[in-house]
Amino acid sequence: MDDEMLYKKTAHELKDLLKSKQVSSEEIVKNFYDRIEQVDSKVKAYITLCKDKALDKAREVDKKRVDGQQLSPLAGIPIAVKDNMCTKGIKTTCASKILDNFVPPYNATVIENLYQNDMILLGKLNMDEFAMGSSTENSSHYPTHNPWNLERVPGGSSGGSAAAVAAHEAAFALGSDTGGSIRQPAHYCGVVGMKPTYGSVSRYGLVAFASSLDQIGPLTKDVEDMALALNVITGHDKMDSSSALIDYPDYTDALKQGVKGLKVALPKEYFEQGVQKEIKDKVLQAAKLLEKQGVIIEEVSMDLTQYALPAYYLISSAEASSNLARYDGIKYGYRAKNYDDLLDMYKQTRDEGFGKEVKRRIMLGTYALSSGYYDAYYKKAQQVRTLIKKDFDTLFDTYDCVLTPTGPTTAFKIGEKVDNPIEMYMNDICTVPVNIAGIPALSINCGFDNEGLPIGMQLIGKAFNESMLLRLAYAYEQNRVLDKNQPSL
Amino acid sequence: MSYSDYEVVIGLEVHSELKTKSKIYCSCSTEFGGEPNTHCCPICTGMPGTLPVLNEKVAEYAIRAGLATQCKINKFSKQDRKNYFYPDLPKAYQVSQYDLPLCYEGEIEIKVKDEVKKIGITRIHIEEDAGKLIHESGEGSLVDYNRCGIPLIEIVSEPDLRSSEEVRAYMEKLRTILLYTDVSDCKMNEGSLRCDINLSVRKKGATELGTRTEMKNMNSFNFAVKAVEYEARRQIRVLESGGTVVQETRRWDEAKGITVSMRSKEEAHDYRYFPEPDLMPIVTPEEKIEAIRKTLPELPDSRINRYVGEYGLKEKDAELIAASRSMADYFQAAAHKTKNIKGAANWIITEVFYRLNEDEKEQASIPFQPEFLAEMVNLIEDGTISNRMAKQVFEKMWSTGQTPSTIVEESGMKQISDDDELSKLAVEVIQKNPKAVQDYLSGKQAAIQALMGQMMKITKGKANPKKVIDLLKDQLAKLN
Repeated sequence: MDDEMLYKKTAHELKDLLKSKQVSSEEIVKNFYDRIEQVDSKVKAYITLCKDKALDKAREVDKKRVDGQQLSPLAGIPIAVKDNMCTKGIKTTCASKILDNFVPPYNATVIENLYQNDMILLGKLNMDEFAMGSSTENSSHYPTHNPWNLERVPGGSSGGSAAAVAAHEAAFALGSDTGGSIRQPAHYCGVVGMKPTYGSVSRYGLVAFASSLDQIGPLTKDVEDMALALNVITGHDKMDSSSALIDYPDYTDALKQGVKGLKVALPKEYFEQGVQKEIKDKVLQAAKLLEKQGVIIEEVSMDLTQYALPAYYLISSAEASSNLARYDGIKYGYRAKNYDDLLDMYKQTRDEGFGKEVKRRIMLGTYALSSGYYDAYYKKAQQVRTLIKKDFDTLFDTYDCVLTPTGPTTAFKIGEKVDNPIEMYMNDICTVPVNIAGIPALSINCGFDNEGLPIGMQLIGKAFNESMLLRLAYAYEQNRVLDKNQPSL
Repeated sequence: MSYSDYEVVIGLEVHSELKTKSKIYCSCSTEFGGEPNTHCCPICTGMPGTLPVLNEKVAEYAIRAGLATQCKINKFSKQDRKNYFYPDLPKAYQVSQYDLPLCYEGEIEIKVKDEVKKIGITRIHIEEDAGKLIHESGEGSLVDYNRCGIPLIEIVSEPDLRSSEEVRAYMEKLRTILLYTDVSDCKMNEGSLRCDINLSVRKKGATELGTRTEMKNMNSFNFAVKAVEYEARRQIRVLESGGTVVQETRRWDEAKGITVSMRSKEEAHDYRYFPEPDLMPIVTPEEKIEAIRKTLPELPDSRINRYVGEYGLKEKDAELIAASRSMADYFQAAAHKTKNIKGAANWIITEVFYRLNEDEKEQASIPFQPEFLAEMVNLIEDGTISNRMAKQVFEKMWSTGQTPSTIVEESGMKQISDDDELSKLAVEVIQKNPKAVQDYLSGKQAAIQALMGQMMKITKGKANPKKVIDLLKDQLAKLN
């Protein structure tokens, strides 16, 4: 087996190699660390590597395999997770100075799931501080670079996750998506990213940004890997009150069910409002390709779409202002060195510990919840939320899926939008309605713009019907013809 | 000026720790004491990423308290975050309930100077307790998170209370109900029952409420009563001297016996309540409410009525016994085993109460079964032992826990009631005490007591006194 090529493989290809014992997990893990050493100085996807632990674990899994033990399909596959998922004994910083020294004494439920499936954790990935941002520039560590063009952002907030997968620095990665933080970087980096239905992946141990919107999901090289990854991370968790108690399917079953006769809606609002022309074109081409396979495509209107973004920023910031109040310098994390009294300690700690964007959201959220403003902002936003949910419900009475661009532009230059928060927020315009409605959506690459930057399209589905998205994405993936396959790092 | 021109208007917010085994949102122990920070986990210390899961017992206990105070129960209730910074609050928000509490619109009856009055209960909601700051000498303060996440109910009354006596009566009644329903230990010294007092004054006859002040965290009935009395006078003095009462939070300074301003309305927190997104609404269907209702014990008011009506107890006595559920249960168990129920009640109120301190009354830590008490009363009733002997028997029961019949048997304490035997002795005593006999026969009725004393001396106190008197009178009559 040619070791050099292992990192380029998908998780399901590695799975087959491991199963047929053509390669060991240790070899794969070493190969990935070699790759990381080779390219991560350029990409900067990782914050923390846990090489010793990973190699120990790989050898342990290899031994289990040699001993003939029954293993999970993804046993021995190396993955990495966004640095907002708590990992026992491994630093979890949320890319914030305020948690710079935080080592959780517990694992997030998804981390437990990965370990139970004998998967190998390579390290923790870069992100926008507390998952607030669309470029991974708001990291207290360093910005991450887009593997397709190192001067460009990888998107965010799960920019480290998307970049790591695109640059073959992990077989797949986990990110979190509050308003598009998995799908938008997947779009920018040309990988597959899914935000599952709210409640289908436990949030226990995911450091909260906006509790009613946050959801963990995978970023993978292809749709089959997505199905395998979902099999590992979805499921009911009694530690999370918002976790759904349903029968979770084997998502790989969905892949080969075909798409003939499925009805897909194209909401025209998602193709307006400053959407880059090439993106529009590529998404419509993709729709054509699906049509050829027997999918019925129809244009529809979702006129509440314009209200999703303001509602999202109010709700997410309000929840964030409360969720982030615990970082006060008392119990863990950063504490200011100089202060006069308790109040001053709070102020100095939070002023020095949080970055600009996080402070902006805390102030926005605090304001929206303040007495006298609650009804006009938070309450109104919740009402909008209910309406948007209904809008999707109605649409799903007729359609199996909604197809839109994942974002209005392709990856922008590092530094280009840092001083323009509103323009930065506009990046989320296609993705936030999904979080507001709590439904699943997947982004998959559907081409490149004339600068060679990836373009993603978004498939939105009914709650708990991730399988429908996988069906369509898989059918599309099997038939698409792309100009390029790999970023040339 | 005259204080009696004014009416005092008081509403209470009583916080009571629920006696669930584990905390409200995690599985940590709720046990009091314990080394600092040993009863806590990542969840109750608010570590990043952790999530709360409601202990269902907490909602059940709150509903039980609600039903015992005639509250309506919200079938759809939710939890909210109350945001503020303090080192004892690790998440910097307290999960509480804002606009949809579990229970609302209830009432309890209190009695002050024989007058019965209904006090409205605005609402009862659940919330989590905070930790404790320890200010030790030396540098800085320490935080103990053991208490963090202990479940509380907050019982908010209507502004229906008018005096410190009513405040005391209300708190005592509430405490009794919480103990009866077994939802709280109500140990004030352990902080499991504390209250905030909202108080304003107005001229008698006025319909509008005056400006109120709030006094926080009173953890003793006595302090609450004193604080109410002081604060009412203070406000009246302010008004009488032409000033206005400032809406503010005040603190009771027990050492000085005064209330002191803590923070004004302007400095008050904006708690920024909003629905707790990490917890689902609490949905309680009618069947569940009814199932909880079935677990309620008979409450004190009903018991007092029954003790007076059925058992013929004096109201005061009935109240004394019904003040604690365990004592009332003990009494009822004894009452089932004797015809002389009043007798059993008297023994409890006198001898039992005398031997128990306040705490023990609640636990009814009596060293013998209620059946034993009934048996003892029955032994008096059938003449086997005298009241005087019963006291000794009781003493022995208390120290050994033996049954009264065993004690009577073993000590040979049995009363002599045999007529022949007693007649013989009576004749003997009359013969030996001519002086007393003469006195009696010449009209000094009391002289018979001397003869009686002699009878008791001979029998070592075992003679049935009623019979002795009768027999002595018979014999003396023969001499006349």
